[in-house]
Amino acid sequence: MSEQAALIGVVVVPLLGALAVMLAGSRPNLREAISLAAGVILLALVVRLLPRALSGDWPAAVLAEPIPGLSLAVSAEPLGVLFGLIASFLWIVTTVYSIGYMRGHGEAHQTRFYTFFAVAMGCTMGVAFADNLFTLFVFYEVLTLSTYPLVTHAGTQEARQGGRTYLGILMATSMGFLLLAVVWTWKLTGNVSFTSGGILGGAASPLVIGVLFALYVFGIGKAALMPFHRWLPAAMVAPTPVSALLHAVAVVKAGVFAILKITVYIFGLDLLRDTGVTDWLLWVAAFTILVASVIALRQDNLKARLAYSTISQLSYIVMGALLVNSTALAGSTLHLATHAFGKITLFFCAGAILVASHKTKVSQLDGLGRQMPWTMGAFFLASLSIVGLPPMGGMWGKWYLALGAIDAGYVVLVGVLMVSTLLNIAYLIPVPIRAFLGKADAGGEIQIREAPIACLIAMGVTVVGCVALFFNPTWIVQLAHQFVE
Amino acid sequence: MIQEHLPVLQVALPLVAAPLCLLLTRAMWAWLLALAVSLVALGISIVLLREVYTGEVISYAIGGWAAPWGIEYRVDAVNALILIIVTAISTVTLMFAKTSVAQEVAGDKQCLFYTAWLLCLTGLLGISITGDVFNLFVFLEISSLSSYVLIGLGQDRRALTASFQYLIMGTIGATLILIGIGLLYMVTGTLNMMDLATRLAVLGDSRTVQTALAFLTVGIGLKLALFPLHLWLPNAYTYAPSAVTVFIAATATKVAVYMLLRFLFDVFDASFTFGAMSLGGFLAVLAAAGILSTSTVSIFQDNIKRMLAYSSVAQVGYMVLGISLVSSAGLTAAVLHLFNHALMKGALFLALGCVAYRLGTVRLGAIAGLGQRMPWTMAAFVVGALSLIGIPLTAGFVSKWYLILAAVERGWWPLVVVVVAGSLLAIIYVWRVVEMAYLRPAPEKLSVTEAPISLLLPTWLLAGANVYFGIDTRFSVGMAEQAAALLTGSNG
Amino acid sequence: MDFLGLYNYWIVILLMMMGFYVVIASGHLVKKLIGLNLFQASVFILYISMGTVEGGAAPILRNGVSVFSNPLPHVLILTAIVVGVATTALGLALVVRIKEAYGSVEEEDIHRQDDSL
Repeated sequence: MSEQAALIGVVVVPLLGALAVMLAGSRPNLREAISLAAGVILLALVVRLLPRALSGDWPAAVLAEPIPGLSLAVSAEPLGVLFGLIASFLWIVTTVYSIGYMRGHGEAHQTRFYTFFAVAMGCTMGVAFADNLFTLFVFYEVLTLSTYPLVTHAGTQEARQGGRTYLGILMATSMGFLLLAVVWTWKLTGNVSFTSGGILGGAASPLVIGVLFALYVFGIGKAALMPFHRWLPAAMVAPTPVSALLHAVAVVKAGVFAILKITVYIFGLDLLRDTGVTDWLLWVAAFTILVASVIALRQDNLKARLAYSTISQLSYIVMGALLVNSTALAGSTLHLATHAFGKITLFFCAGAILVASHKTKVSQLDGLGRQMPWTMGAFFLASLSIVGLPPMGGMWGKWYLALGAIDAGYVVLVGVLMVSTLLNIAYLIPVPIRAFLGKADAGGEIQIREAPIACLIAMGVTVVGCVALFFNPTWIVQLAHQFVE
Repeated sequence: MIQEHLPVLQVALPLVAAPLCLLLTRAMWAWLLALAVSLVALGISIVLLREVYTGEVISYAIGGWAAPWGIEYRVDAVNALILIIVTAISTVTLMFAKTSVAQEVAGDKQCLFYTAWLLCLTGLLGISITGDVFNLFVFLEISSLSSYVLIGLGQDRRALTASFQYLIMGTIGATLILIGIGLLYMVTGTLNMMDLATRLAVLGDSRTVQTALAFLTVGIGLKLALFPLHLWLPNAYTYAPSAVTVFIAATATKVAVYMLLRFLFDVFDASFTFGAMSLGGFLAVLAAAGILSTSTVSIFQDNIKRMLAYSSVAQVGYMVLGISLVSSAGLTAAVLHLFNHALMKGALFLALGCVAYRLGTVRLGAIAGLGQRMPWTMAAFVVGALSLIGIPLTAGFVSKWYLILAAVERGWWPLVVVVVAGSLLAIIYVWRVVEMAYLRPAPEKLSVTEAPISLLLPTWLLAGANVYFGIDTRFSVGMAEQAAALLTGSNG
Repeated sequence: MDFLGLYNYWIVILLMMMGFYVVIASGHLVKKLIGLNLFQASVFILYISMGTVEGGAAPILRNGVSVFSNPLPHVLILTAIVVGVATTALGLALVVRIKEAYGSVEEEDIHRQDDSL
């Protein structure tokens, strides 16, 4: 299959899958099979694109040209392919998990769920493989909209409220800042394609570059940089598979991925270093890292705690981009991958706990480890990854980020990383420890069993992924170096 | 041979067909005649468009009497687009009207309804195609009078008062335009637009000419529903029959924008209008105020038709904003939005018409849970809504892009903020409808089914057009750019 | 400036403002229509007065007359008068219907009955 076809396929296959799922709505097994098949085909297509992308030669294809001069085009470059790989692989895993969760929890409107899930994945692929800013923007916007029905799935007053915050913040930032930034870039350079070395060199004064960069960073609300972070905890009203894949992997990573791509391919590292526009934003990122961790500590609702943890971890990746050197960017790329696997496992566990025991708060989890050993075991291992301890992959991201911070001369940021790690331990590790060693509630009415088997399989796969990334991070580091060159 | 006479046939056919409708006493025949005429008119406008697509101008002298003494019909890239919009919307809405009107208008009045419709069509087409300013006034009054009739045929008794209010304000507006035309005639002695342009250019800056411009702008502003002259619009749109709201919302204000463009750029030279009279800043301020205030008022409306009516005023504000930028990018944005807004509001009001047909009301509270009961209708509404907000891949996004680009090019940052704020406000009021339809449970005793195919088909035709023209914009952007080039480049 | 010589324009302005005032200030719907007619009448006078030629006769072709007033404004005004008549007729028809529906033609009464005018 030609690369052009594969490129068009990565966006079209999930969308066709969505259509097929909608049509197969009345037959649950067929519907779930279609979802899985779509995921597998997607992964195969992404893998097909990997070798060419790594060779430095980016294949491209044009989908349409809505505005004269601005095309919807996709191309396969290293970072995009990495993001695509992670997202498509985890889509398959999440579909397996969803089967266990949605059926175990007796959720309604499952067809709508799987349909919009597939559409959201199609948009994520569109973001990952975008060849220019315009395509990135289009798929970014449609991603927000396609995830709205998933966030408000429950249809309750809470879900509506959460949906309003979600949509409000993401649309306000993308229309208010990001669209403006894209139009301005177009006007300044007449070009919006992602190009090695950036396109804004010499196009405007440092002040304009600074304002433009800030517009991008704050306009990409999906990166959850404070103060535009409230949508993420608000989105926790969604069913757990949504929180797991979308709000730990697809949507949030689309945000930080966009920041990384714009930093390297629109501004270019040299321009950013010369003009120093990223410096003040480093403090915003550092602030987000620390404050989000502190807020996470104070959350009793498990999903809320994980949401604030995600906000904090995303700012690690943003910080790496803002340090504008290749080591830091390698750290960001690694963290993108390892955090995805770690966080998705944590969310899988949270969902499994919900389905099996109807518990949502950390304070209720004492002693649960005895009835759900596999779930809490996975939680423990994933926590280690987020904290950054061997033998889990999360360590490498923090390692390279610290090195990058030193390279850039910001030793104080290493301190920020260390304090944040301590906070991570404080809000994550007590959960499995209390689960295994704590005393269960005396009033345990229902017999709590382990999570549905599909959920356990999914959790197992992602934990293995965390471990695998520890032992083999070099391919990602190489890919990151490719990305930066 | 017919080919030569197409410009006059464009107007004459609906005009002659209108009294015929009156003679056909059965509503079904009247409707068929109206639809047939509308289709033929659409065909004519397409043929005319193909001739002027490359930048040519068709000039037709009525009765063989040459301009500037005779009345001239003049088709160029600017008004060819308007002709297509008017005839296409009329055709699609007539497809919708058969079932909808049968329910909303009394049996014996239906022939009269279609008669008035054809007269309105005549008027709108006449305004667009004529090259003579007094002829423009006559057609303006024809379209206005017939629209007063159409609006007054609504079910609610408030349609009568809405029509009366529109009559008073509309007549004042038209009379102001008449005064402007009179003043122009007084100084130049001609009524032909192109001739006026040449004569005004040498006349320079006399007070009569300035007064004429002022009267014309205010008069057209009344017809355009430019803030704060928009007070007639919400009532008129809300209480009119569903099909009438679609037709008028998607065409009347667009034709008024066209009138503004013709006068500001062709008849009066742009350098006079925006230089000596500095109308640009004035229009920009009014447009911005309109966008922000009416979008905000929309949010608090309980009646969805009224919500969209206020939204229409805001959208007209966008078009005027584009005009006030006085650059080719700004005019492209304005003309493009003219086209896209017709599609957007057409789709939205058609979907609402389906809801009204089944439910009998368009109150916000009444549509709870309608997303499940009437999925196709509400899906069409969502598509129109997304276009209104300006989500990529819809037509509305393309106009917004061009508008922001035009404002950034001129460096008028406050206008960019206004455009974005307008979109964000639009999300708020539109999302109230979406939430109510999809995220609230339907009341138990609600037993509605999906709208009939005869209503759904035209609705989805326009909804689909929103998506189509959001992805393949060669036609819409191409025509808009041509029109902008003609308007900025022409000097008489 | 020749104030008295331009008396036709002063009359136009006077009538226009009177008509406009009646439209806005009056609460009675028929009176509004009368005001509208006054407003339109002022415009008719504007046109006709601008078309007069000093020493010109009425623009009807006949023997022995060589200077005519400008016929074009007369024609335009005939059209405008017809438009005005049609508008008034339509307006009055609406008033009749409103009276049937509301029982009153006073703006305030109608307003009170349902926030519409």
